Amino acid sequence: MNPPPEPERPAQPRQLPTHLRRFSTAERWAHRATALLAGVCVLTAACLYLPQLAQLVGRRALVVTVHQWTGAALPVPVLAALGSRALRADLGLLNRFGPHDRQWLRAVLRRDKRPSARPAHKFNAGQKLYAAWAAGATLVMLGTGLMMWFTHLTPLVWRTAATFVHDWLALTLGIVLAGHIGMAMGDPEARRGMRTGSVTRAWAEREHPLWQPEAEETRQPHRTPEPR
Amino acid sequence: MGRRVFLGTLGLGALGVLAAPALQRGTEAFLGGAADRDPTGLTGLLPNGGGFRYYSVTSSVPHKDAGNYRLTVDGLVDRPATYTLAGLRALPQTRMVRDVQCVTGWRVPGTPFEGVRLSELLDAAGVRSSAGAVRFTCFDGAYSESLTLEQARRADVLVALRMQDEDLGHSHGGPVRLYVAPMYFYKSAKWLSGITVTDEVRPGYWEERGYDVDAWVGRSNGRDDEPTT
Repeated sequence: MNPPPEPERPAQPRQLPTHLRRFSTAERWAHRATALLAGVCVLTAACLYLPQLAQLVGRRALVVTVHQWTGAALPVPVLAALGSRALRADLGLLNRFGPHDRQWLRAVLRRDKRPSARPAHKFNAGQKLYAAWAAGATLVMLGTGLMMWFTHLTPLVWRTAATFVHDWLALTLGIVLAGHIGMAMGDPEARRGMRTGSVTRAWAEREHPLWQPEAEETRQPHRTPEPR
Repeated sequence: MGRRVFLGTLGLGALGVLAAPALQRGTEAFLGGAADRDPTGLTGLLPNGGGFRYYSVTSSVPHKDAGNYRLTVDGLVDRPATYTLAGLRALPQTRMVRDVQCVTGWRVPGTPFEGVRLSELLDAAGVRSSAGAVRFTCFDGAYSESLTLEQARRADVLVALRMQDEDLGHSHGGPVRLYVAPMYFYKSAKWLSGITVTDEVRPGYWEERGYDVDAWVGRSNGRDDEPTT
């Protein structure tokens, strides 16, 4: 995609690059690997759970094994990428909520779609909530999954309870994950950011007006604090 | 703040495990009621939505009907036999209504099964004195099960032709499946095609993968479900 011209900003003091760096190579590979593992997890879960797919696919022992191992491996890409400073910096940004995030959430509740009503730093409030919730939910799935996998570890009541939580949380995660993918499908430039690592300046200024990586770099070379 | 959401989700998950027994009773009661009045069948897709779940260990199972279905009885017997579907239907039929309990937790209450007592087929074949067990094989090409001779002769073990007062459909293991009322449902092998009398028990498909051979409901596999008989 070609970056659109920027006629409304003719008086730049110097020629700014048209693209901004959004995600590092390590982050993008961690995302790819996580997406692949999560996809296999969801597909195998569907084949174990939905009668129509179970009848189509069968091979229960094999599908169970694939589901167990991809599930166990799901946190590995992100944990491995924790060695990347860019990922740790982004996790810091995802953790911090400011007043603009409350404003963003209120605008969503009011269905106010104007970009000016939805201020965001590098990640908007929805992305922050999604990241934190998905990370927690994945670990709950992992914990309850391990209780079902290694049946001798816990007494039966716990195992039945773990199955109950695993089943219902799977349904919830499936819906939220569909939302995550749906949002990405609706925003080609956001997808480009995750695919190539950079986004156009125009997109960043519209969707993430408070995110100014260059200004922050010149001010503090090693940290990118979020305004509060 | 993000950390709080993360830890909160983890905490809710742990709380969910603790509260699950109570929550599960609630959802089962609610969904059970809703499923009775749900013409779309969508409630069946929800967790604990009630009813049977389909498990098969192979990629596809051939369909058999009255034309090509055969059940062989062989092994340590004096008179090996091959039955057609019509042949099985001509024998005395027994009807039983019991709960079905799966080892993975789901239970279908009050399910009628109807068919020929296994003991009848064994008696007709003339089991030799050296025999100690019965092995079952299936026309899916992979599944197998077995029972001791004593278990196999119980009155509540059927070669089932009908379930829920209908001829057994393919997805429920039709046209003929085993029905071992007092045991977890994996013992009730679907798509039954062979009965072989052996000298001792040979573990079946799931039993080679860790499940108990003597699968009494409530007294095996580390579970304490209410017995089905």
